[in-house]
Amino acid sequence: MSTPVAGVAVVPPEERIPVTPKEPRKKLTSRWASLVVVVVTILWTIPTFGLAITSIRPKKDVTNSGWWEFFFHPHLTLNNYHDVIAGTGTSNASIAPYFINSIAITIPATLIPLALGSMAAYALAWVKFRGSTVLFFFIFALQIVPLQLALVPLLQLFSHGVHIGGQSILPLAFTWTTHSGAVTQLHKLTLIPYHGLGGSFYPVWIAHTMFGLPLVIFLLHNFMSQLPGDLIEAAQVDGASQFTIFRKIILPLSTPALASVLIFQFLWVWNDLLVALVFTDGTPDHSPITARLVQLTGSLGSSQELLTAGAFIAIVVPLIVFFSLQRFFVRGLLAGSVKS
Amino acid sequence: MSWPSKIGEALLALVVAFGVIAALFYLGSIAPRRLRNRLVGVIFIGPALLFITIGLVIPAVRTFILSFKGADDPSHTWVGWANYSWVIHDPDIHIVLRNTVLWIAIAPLVATGAGLGLAVLIDKMKRESIPKSLIFAPMAVSFVGASIIWGVVYQHDQTGLLTALAHDVGWNNPPFWLLWKPWNNLLLMVILIWIETGFAMVLLSAAIKGIPKDVIEAAELDGASGWQQFTDVTVPMIRPTLVVVLTTIMIATLKLFDIIAATTGGNYNTSVLSFEMYNQTFVIRNYGRGAALAIILFIAVTPVLLYNVRVLRRERTIR
Repeated sequence: MSTPVAGVAVVPPEERIPVTPKEPRKKLTSRWASLVVVVVTILWTIPTFGLAITSIRPKKDVTNSGWWEFFFHPHLTLNNYHDVIAGTGTSNASIAPYFINSIAITIPATLIPLALGSMAAYALAWVKFRGSTVLFFFIFALQIVPLQLALVPLLQLFSHGVHIGGQSILPLAFTWTTHSGAVTQLHKLTLIPYHGLGGSFYPVWIAHTMFGLPLVIFLLHNFMSQLPGDLIEAAQVDGASQFTIFRKIILPLSTPALASVLIFQFLWVWNDLLVALVFTDGTPDHSPITARLVQLTGSLGSSQELLTAGAFIAIVVPLIVFFSLQRFFVRGLLAGSVKS
Repeated sequence: MSWPSKIGEALLALVVAFGVIAALFYLGSIAPRRLRNRLVGVIFIGPALLFITIGLVIPAVRTFILSFKGADDPSHTWVGWANYSWVIHDPDIHIVLRNTVLWIAIAPLVATGAGLGLAVLIDKMKRESIPKSLIFAPMAVSFVGASIIWGVVYQHDQTGLLTALAHDVGWNNPPFWLLWKPWNNLLLMVILIWIETGFAMVLLSAAIKGIPKDVIEAAELDGASGWQQFTDVTVPMIRPTLVVVLTTIMIATLKLFDIIAATTGGNYNTSVLSFEMYNQTFVIRNYGRGAALAIILFIAVTPVLLYNVRVLRRERTIR
């Protein structure tokens, strides 16, 4: 997967260090260290800052001088944003429908894997059945497998259905001929119709669900398996079914883990390009904003002011989510790898 | 399509999915007790397993088969090892493989090293949360967004930051940065390093904070210098986390697609394995060759995969 948190590994327990020390250690503060960190922080922020400044400068300025000149000749405009949103000026098509597509893709593609993944994680952690360990290892291994391995066959499934050895399973239909006198008639009985899923959000929703599940299951399993077993046993003794336990005990207790996995999956779907390029049609009807931006890098390569405005619209959503929910995000990362 | 109908469609899909889950739960809870115990596993894990099997397992096997078939979609001709021998013999693919090796060798090491350095320095700071979140923030930005951000830096005319810096140090005719073989590969790696350093820093910083106090105090009592503490105490103590960070970034590097797609489109000798797979399959439309590249990509991640499984198994037997 192209997400930065593609494969999260585990640390051997005997080598594991507790994340939160019991007594906070006295810090050896150092001025030099602070200075270096501040310089690096500024360096790290400059590129994004340059993008933001470029997007609010008039076209004439952008083509003639670097964005830092803005501080000497501060001409500020929101025209670039107006142009990319309304589709006026050099930007011949509005970016708004792609933005909406990103939302329409992200909502189901985040929540559905979260729901299915939490169910599977619970079963793998607390429901005893044969082969559950093997299954867990298998799912764990899958989170590292590059999705490039699955793209083409999955796309064929979405567009052509299922065929095994020349026999069509989906759509499922039977044909036979009858003869009455000289007339031969061909009959066709369609049991399961299938016209392909092209031209809809279904392929991209389903693909994201499929590709996201291994990591979602792994992270949630890590958390759920550490919940107190007595609590679950006590509920069972009281006669609660696994379904009740899952809804009334496991889910509420897992809220922090669910939140961090939700952020992971949201960021990965919103920021994804590969799945979007393969499973959507590249039109304003279904393609997300990332796919549109890549198209624009070609056609608007010379209109930096519009490209940067479009890019800023795309990155501002995950940045807001990131800065407001950073706590959960970091906790999720640590749960997947350092573990307390 | 208007936006209310798109959002409506998305919400409908959600309602249907959750409706199916609710129905399964209901069926499970009204089932007779003996049947219920069997059903529980199926209901909880069945849907996820179905998606994973149809979406990953079966397609992976089919891609393996496709890699021995011809270019068409669907192809009916078997070509044996031809697609693999093309990988071995084609000079263009050699550049792709060279780039992939360079990416794996450089980007994860630099990002992890920078992250480690920052984690150590940040540990000696008073107010660490602001620099931490700013350095970590690129991780929330898409690779596409990051590529456009760096595109502004790499603009070849006087409006580009890098060009302006080159002029400042007396380099008056710098090249078109992204066309500058083979250094353009390094410039693209900077984008990934910019994103992953924050990730490395956050994980390593947590590990450093977890080093027991007495260990540090003992080192201080023994009169270890700052550098000695770093090499003899800090690094050995956080080694497991270092390995995790390094392998995670390696996997991300191997799967890298977006940065190449959003900058050079794989031109000017910048393509890598995971991008070339897409290029061969969906642009050149040679499905057999694309499949062969996907299989090679899979083989490349296998060592990390096996290592992780081994570590997890050790953990499980101890627990």
